[in-house]
Amino acid sequence: MLQANNLEKSFDALGVLRRVSLHVEKGEVVAIIGRSGSGKSTLLRCLNHLEKVDAGYIRVDGDVMVDTENGGYAPRDKLHAICLKMGYVFQNFNLFPHFSVLRNLTEAQRCVLKRPKEEAEARAEALLEKVGLSDKRDQYPYQLSGGQQQRVAIARALALDPMILCFDEPTSALDPLLTKDVLTVIRDLARDNNTMIVVTHEMAFAREVADRVMYMEDGRILAQGTPQEVFSEQAVRAFTAVAPDQAL
Amino acid sequence: MKYFDNPERMVLLLRQMLDGLGVTMTLFALTLVISLPLGLVFALLRMSKLKVLRFPVWLLILIMRGTPLILQVFTVYFILPQIFGMSFERMTAVVISFGINYAAYFAEIYRAGVEGIPQGQREAAHVLGMSRAQAFFRILLPQMIKRIMLPVSNEVITLVKDTALVTAIGMVELYRVARNAASASGSLEPLFVAGIFYLILNTLVTAAFDAMGRRLDYYKG
Repeated sequence: MLQANNLEKSFDALGVLRRVSLHVEKGEVVAIIGRSGSGKSTLLRCLNHLEKVDAGYIRVDGDVMVDTENGGYAPRDKLHAICLKMGYVFQNFNLFPHFSVLRNLTEAQRCVLKRPKEEAEARAEALLEKVGLSDKRDQYPYQLSGGQQQRVAIARALALDPMILCFDEPTSALDPLLTKDVLTVIRDLARDNNTMIVVTHEMAFAREVADRVMYMEDGRILAQGTPQEVFSEQAVRAFTAVAPDQAL
Repeated sequence: MKYFDNPERMVLLLRQMLDGLGVTMTLFALTLVISLPLGLVFALLRMSKLKVLRFPVWLLILIMRGTPLILQVFTVYFILPQIFGMSFERMTAVVISFGINYAAYFAEIYRAGVEGIPQGQREAAHVLGMSRAQAFFRILLPQMIKRIMLPVSNEVITLVKDTALVTAIGMVELYRVARNAASASGSLEPLFVAGIFYLILNTLVTAAFDAMGRRLDYYKG
């Protein structure tokens, strides 16, 4: 489903990604863990074309997004189509404050996918029900709690039917109680066999939900495998010993 | 007192001043019609990735903001006709120079408004597949409008008063009518009346911006 090889990215000569490779199978949930600054968010941003890689190869569902040894990034239209196969949920939600909850979910469906209004709204309402926020459809983001905003943001990403959904520390801006609601939604998505990449600090959650865990340090993937395998690695144990293992 | 205790003279003066007010309002309205959208064009060029687009607009804005408006009016009315061998009506020349001058100020206000919107909004539009144009018109522009209401209202209020500058090329508008009456009668009362006219205009402008601000208050952020 997703294949990335030897991704490299530096900011001002600071190597953030150093030959990182990963692959994600259909229906798989991959958790990426590691200290702040280890490059995990940058990796996710590169996969979603929020940053351009300096070198490497990314292929999504058979289409090459970038191959720096063979022509660089795909042409604009192709790139656009490839990016649409990826969904992205931000740490701080980034809902559109001037749109109602419903319009946050319908806007891109209408102007990007050209769905008719009725279809877009029906899809939006179904998704709001899925994340437990049907009663908020006509509210504005500022009227919602952080956890509710993040669930709307997840629904907004799902509305475009992405093949792979990416989460960049989806609960880092939330207090523990609100975190629980958001994690419940992500857990349900995992149960429904959605393909997901989750950058997270929630160790217990990664252990429980992920099919595979990747541990990053200094721009490299130091360990990967099943949660059991990775959490028993020496380096990862040193990390999780200091990382807060928040209760669910 | 020459006017305030003489109703007949006062009515005559007011009638003349209403004619002058017509010219003032025409200049005011035409300047806004030109400069509000033109400012957006300037702002977009000013924020372009391409230096060939960015630099000329940067220079134009520098000149427009950096030299007196009255000199710009003179330039368009007296100097451009000599260069290009065509002459402008006074109103045309004034609307061109006011329009470009105000567009320069609006451009910088728009730019500040857009650049103040969190980067995450642009990124959210991008990951949802919106083009740069879609992101600008659907996501950034509506939020920008809310952010710029206050500085734009400042400029519009200034514009009401700047219209008095065109007296310098002989246009007869509100201030000129008052000044003529003042010098003919030897009384300062007409100028005081003109002041009240400007104050009323700006009270209306302020009320209009307050109303727009309230309409945009349906969301926060």
